[in-house]
Amino acid sequence: MNWASVGDFWAMGGKGLYVWGSYAVTLICVFAEIALVRGRFGGVLKRLGRMKHATDRGVIDET
Amino acid sequence: MTSSGKALSEKLPEFSGGINWFKYASPQTFYPLAGRLIPLFGWPALVLTVVGLYISFFVAPTDATQGESYRIIFIHVPAAWMSMVIYLAMAFWCAVGLIFNTRLSFMMSQALAPTGAIWTFVALWTGALWGKPTWGAWWVWDARLTSELILLFLYLGYMALVAAIDDPRRADRAGAVVALVGAINVPIIYFSVTWWNTLHQGASVSVTSAPKMASIMLTGMLIMALAAWAYSVSVVLVRVRAIMLERERNSDWVADRVAQLVESHR
Amino acid sequence: MLKILIAVVRRDLLLAWRRRADVFTTLAFFIIVASLFPLGVGPEPNLLRTMAPGVLWVSALLATLLSVTRLFAADYADGTLEQMLLSTEPLTLIVLGKVTAYWLVTGLPLVLLAPLLGVQFDLPQGAIGVLSLSLALGTPALSLLGGIGAALTLGLRGGGVLLALLILPLYVPILIFGAGAVGADAAGLGAGAHLLLLAACFLSALAVSPWATAAALRISME
Repeated sequence: MNWASVGDFWAMGGKGLYVWGSYAVTLICVFAEIALVRGRFGGVLKRLGRMKHATDRGVIDET
Repeated sequence: MTSSGKALSEKLPEFSGGINWFKYASPQTFYPLAGRLIPLFGWPALVLTVVGLYISFFVAPTDATQGESYRIIFIHVPAAWMSMVIYLAMAFWCAVGLIFNTRLSFMMSQALAPTGAIWTFVALWTGALWGKPTWGAWWVWDARLTSELILLFLYLGYMALVAAIDDPRRADRAGAVVALVGAINVPIIYFSVTWWNTLHQGASVSVTSAPKMASIMLTGMLIMALAAWAYSVSVVLVRVRAIMLERERNSDWVADRVAQLVESHR
Repeated sequence: MLKILIAVVRRDLLLAWRRRADVFTTLAFFIIVASLFPLGVGPEPNLLRTMAPGVLWVSALLATLLSVTRLFAADYADGTLEQMLLSTEPLTLIVLGKVTAYWLVTGLPLVLLAPLLGVQFDLPQGAIGVLSLSLALGTPALSLLGGIGAALTLGLRGGGVLLALLILPLYVPILIFGAGAVGADAAGLGAGAHLLLLAACFLSALAVSPWATAAALRISME
């Protein structure tokens, strides 16, 4: 174990800002990408489902 | 060129020894396969990340010369690797698309680009945060950093061009030309920046002469790299599925898929 | 083969002559950008002398970027480009002819004008010679690479900005070797290696880009 206490862990030997800054931004990027991609996929499915619903009820023509 | 490519793709299965590789070249067959592959890469990515982070913070010892700030390399190096690997993969799919005239290849490269750009950004960001405590500067005009920055511009140019063209066929092919010309240029750019850097002596520290790494640090880095790779594969597969549905929304197979989904929700 | 090349070059030169104002706009842009730098950083001669190669090269690069959008635009608008694509002559050759004419009209004047701007920046005599030589080798490569971007962004909205994003990264090696040649000469290192590398860039651009531009034109006109 490298760290004597939790505070020690967060301080990172005085380099906490740099280390946690890097990891935080990476995590934000990864989570944002996951959310965006899943949103995109879900959005497409939802739109296609709505389209199908509309065509089934004859609201719009099937083209 | 297009017609000959098509002819080739029709002829090739005969020579491929029974396995029809082109079977998965159509979105229709690739879509369910991608769906099955996503968890196969996604879960390992999560497990590897947890293990990798544990090694990076609790097992790997403090570096003798750099102190704790070296722990940034556990994400910096994998991110930089991924940014380059993904660009190569993108160019590869573009070349495949142009030669064999398969639309799925272009969708693959378009799905890869945003992930590659994000990794490039992460590599630059973590590079800056690592450089400040280590070299005393957020940014130095080092060959690697500069090439990485230009790689980001190449990604952005590709994505902007594809987004600007409404006709998907033209967007695919125009993007492919840009990606391939960029791929030829990347080594030239890297060489030219290295050359420029050695002449100007701008950066007084050399990034290349890294001190010998303890093997546990290397292990941690490799596990993080594997995690980044698995993550990228799964997120790209989700994106390519979305692109497939968007682009092929008028085809029968998408209609079947949607019908199944609607059915299952009733 | 040579006949077609000459025919295309002659036609484009004639067209450019009829639209002389365009050429002068590019030149004026080059001069203005280069003249703005001293106003921005101050008139200190030593500073200007060290900055001059980079400033002149970046100005030349921006001037090329600004004018290269017009490379195919007129032919695209009046339908000539479609005829060229349908013609039995190789498109690569036609592209090469058009780029040559374009360079003669916009690149060559930059090369000829650069010594004058070099004097403005108080560059020593030898360095001015190297500057002209490096521009003479580099601007054709800029034109050739610019052609790919111009063909890809043909008829797109916001094409100009897009073009900059696409081709500026590709210009990096040329800028480095071109400006580096002048810098190396001024530092007494000799510009030979830089100029050779610049020539290599030019030759590889000559080998790749007419072909890539022709492919891009086919894609854009489909």
